[in-house]
Amino acid sequence: MDANANKNGNRENFEVREHDILIIGAGGAGMRAAVEASEKGLSVGIVTKSLLGKAHTVMAEGGMAAAIGNVDSEDSWRQHFIDTMKGGKFINNWRMAEIHAKESPGRVYELEQWGALFNRTPEGKISQRPFGAHTYRRLAHVGDRTGLELIRTMQEKVLATDTKVYMETTVTKLLQDASGRVVGALAYTRESGKFIHYKAKATVMATGGWGRIFKVTSNSWEGTGDGAILAYDAGAEMVDMEMVQFHPTGMVWPPGVRGLLVTEGVRGEGGVLKNSEGKRYMGDYDPERMELSSRDVVARANFSEVQAGRGSEHGGVYLDITHLGYEGIMAKLPTMHEQFLKLADVDIAKEPMEVFPTIHYTMGGIKVESEHCATTVPGLFAAGECSGGLHGANRLGGNSLSDLLVFGRRAGIGAIEYVEQNTHGTDIPEEDVQTEIRRVLDPMERPASDNDESPYLLQSELQDVMMEHANLVRDEDALKEGLRKILAIKDRVPNVKVGGNRLFNPGWHTAQDIRYLVQVSELIVRCAIERKEKRGSQWRLDHDELVEEYGNINFISKKGPQGEVEIERREIPPIPDHLAELLDQSAKGAKV
Amino acid sequence: MTENGNSPARAGATAIADDGPKKKVKLNIFRGTEEGGKEVEYEVELAEGMVVLDAVLKIQAEQEGDLAVRWNCKAAHCGSCSAEINGKPKLLCKSRVDEYEGGEINVGPLRAFPVVKDLVSDVSWNYEVSKRINPFHSDEQAPFTMYEEDVERLYEPKKCIECFMCQDVCHVLRTHHKHEEFAGPRFFVRNQWLEMHPMDNQNRLEDIKEDDGVGLCNITKCCTEVCPVGIKITDNSIIPLKERVADEYYDPAKWLMRKLRGRRNGSSSS
Repeated sequence: MDANANKNGNRENFEVREHDILIIGAGGAGMRAAVEASEKGLSVGIVTKSLLGKAHTVMAEGGMAAAIGNVDSEDSWRQHFIDTMKGGKFINNWRMAEIHAKESPGRVYELEQWGALFNRTPEGKISQRPFGAHTYRRLAHVGDRTGLELIRTMQEKVLATDTKVYMETTVTKLLQDASGRVVGALAYTRESGKFIHYKAKATVMATGGWGRIFKVTSNSWEGTGDGAILAYDAGAEMVDMEMVQFHPTGMVWPPGVRGLLVTEGVRGEGGVLKNSEGKRYMGDYDPERMELSSRDVVARANFSEVQAGRGSEHGGVYLDITHLGYEGIMAKLPTMHEQFLKLADVDIAKEPMEVFPTIHYTMGGIKVESEHCATTVPGLFAAGECSGGLHGANRLGGNSLSDLLVFGRRAGIGAIEYVEQNTHGTDIPEEDVQTEIRRVLDPMERPASDNDESPYLLQSELQDVMMEHANLVRDEDALKEGLRKILAIKDRVPNVKVGGNRLFNPGWHTAQDIRYLVQVSELIVRCAIERKEKRGSQWRLDHDELVEEYGNINFISKKGPQGEVEIERREIPPIPDHLAELLDQSAKGAKV
Repeated sequence: MTENGNSPARAGATAIADDGPKKKVKLNIFRGTEEGGKEVEYEVELAEGMVVLDAVLKIQAEQEGDLAVRWNCKAAHCGSCSAEINGKPKLLCKSRVDEYEGGEINVGPLRAFPVVKDLVSDVSWNYEVSKRINPFHSDEQAPFTMYEEDVERLYEPKKCIECFMCQDVCHVLRTHHKHEEFAGPRFFVRNQWLEMHPMDNQNRLEDIKEDDGVGLCNITKCCTEVCPVGIKITDNSIIPLKERVADEYYDPAKWLMRKLRGRRNGSSSS
């Protein structure tokens, strides 16, 4: 198991770890896949950049969507399917939307079986709250810390299995055999800088999103798109990368918390949006659903009010939940109360919050086959935010936690079957490992020169470019100028230089992230240039309406033979009759 | 609109830099490892509402690229950025710089665990303890019927964000180093909800007494004082568990029953 190579000339020490299945990422999706495979008796290793239980899943506040019908008994998987497709503006993978709607209830009950505790109805069942664009009250929740409950439950479940957990470990490359099959990965531990060669028959990517490409973001430092670009570099197809969700309500003041999430649960519990004139304006944008319209609509409304000069003191709009009173807020939204009181000196029981859209979630991602989350690269599976398809052009609140568990489980099953059906070896030439180690060490070990760049400043510069050119509102000229700037930054990435040594060195870690951030930004901007319309989160001012011909198109991006980005318009396969009928009925105004 | 420079979407990018007069703040940050180190003084520009984590990250980005600090959500939800400010455990993301106005800000790592580097400690011991705790188990099949009044006291221990500051401040661990015999406040919080969950059917009292060493706690309430999510660890977690252990092991009638039936293995299902 231990080091199999001594430092000898340019050869670096590394450890070898072998598992049947390697899982990269320990949020809800990765941990659910780990439980599935570990309980079947396979050897599972799960790698996380952070400590266990700190992944971004923990930030989910509002709840987990599942048509269990505890509060509104009329709810059904059919209506959940329709809501998800409508929210995604019909470019979703319809089969994933069907599976998700059908299986979410089972995943909620499973969490309860494993010790998760949700708020209750008077009948002693799991309570459900209303949320944007869900027809019925559908979100199983516990106050405004549902993600914490989910991640802690999964963490304790994982620790109770034989899964080997590698905390604070960063994967830098997927390793492929001569046929292109993924047979493991190279990683290093953040604490000591020790390298590990993971050998695995199957690999599950579950690394989350890439919100750190923007300066104002609700994402932690981890959201740098590692998994998406590791898969892209291995040859995987990506789907609809232009689709990036701006959550309507991020904090705006003080500066240090700009972008920090204000849960949609505030609006779920009756919070109203007002402009500086005191007007409740959502009636001008979606008179039927008002504040509980889909996120893309509410984000555009908030943006437009500020743009029209009706913004708040610090450039946001007002979100008012004072009608709940102190007691009501402490029962339903205690975390929000604490967050505003402590960080912004605002008592939300007495005064409104100031909010503005913030980057929140990435609908696009690694393209997966709908049943078991296989990517287009053999041996590689993907689930959760790093994958794409389920949410189409816009994700509904609450559909992320259910996505993680439904497709985390299915990716686990896919990986198990793959391991059982294939007898391939996992060896690769040692030179491949050594080459990658040298690449990773380069920013630290290369001699200093005049061209050296700070990884922190380069990241910051990229974030400014994305804020300016690929934000909530987009147009072709701005996108193209943004692309030029991104490509100029891309040319400078090899100049990134860091000081210090391998021991817990955040500068070195950031130097690794830059490559992902730049590449993922390029994909987003290139796809955003191609989709010339307003659909879900893609809002093109120069094509400010839904264009029918794009309604059955996914933009597929992949790495070309010369390392260039190839983009293909691909038609969505025809929807089968039993699902088409549901959408037809819904379009006629019927509830199903 | 994206080009005109007045877009509020763009304004967010520059708001931090443009904020108010340029006041400075000084921080003394521990630089070093378990083998040793020293406090180094840094100066950064103060911004309105700045928290200590903002200041540390600013120093990292602009002055000391290899300054080690652990953080994730920056919203006090994840419990990653726990460290010590002026010797007291704090979440760096929740500690406002202006709270220390006029005084010193000395930032160091959690000291009840081995220091890895700078503000980062090796907290992996906590995950080993977590792994040995008998997890939730119910013989009944979910969905469960449980009423709000049956479960409302479980919400408090379930709020724990695993910042491990209660572990850091606990004398049994910090001063007496009884990591082998004592699970620490965090895990009594976990045992509390497990023991009180209406559907769980495991008996953990022997584990809580023998493996987790609940008897070693002498109720100084230091853990309760530092909990960032307001869990009354001593009163609501540790004392009830001590009482249950006392009832089970020091009640003469139960003692006799145990003698007659043989020692329980602590798990009704195995």
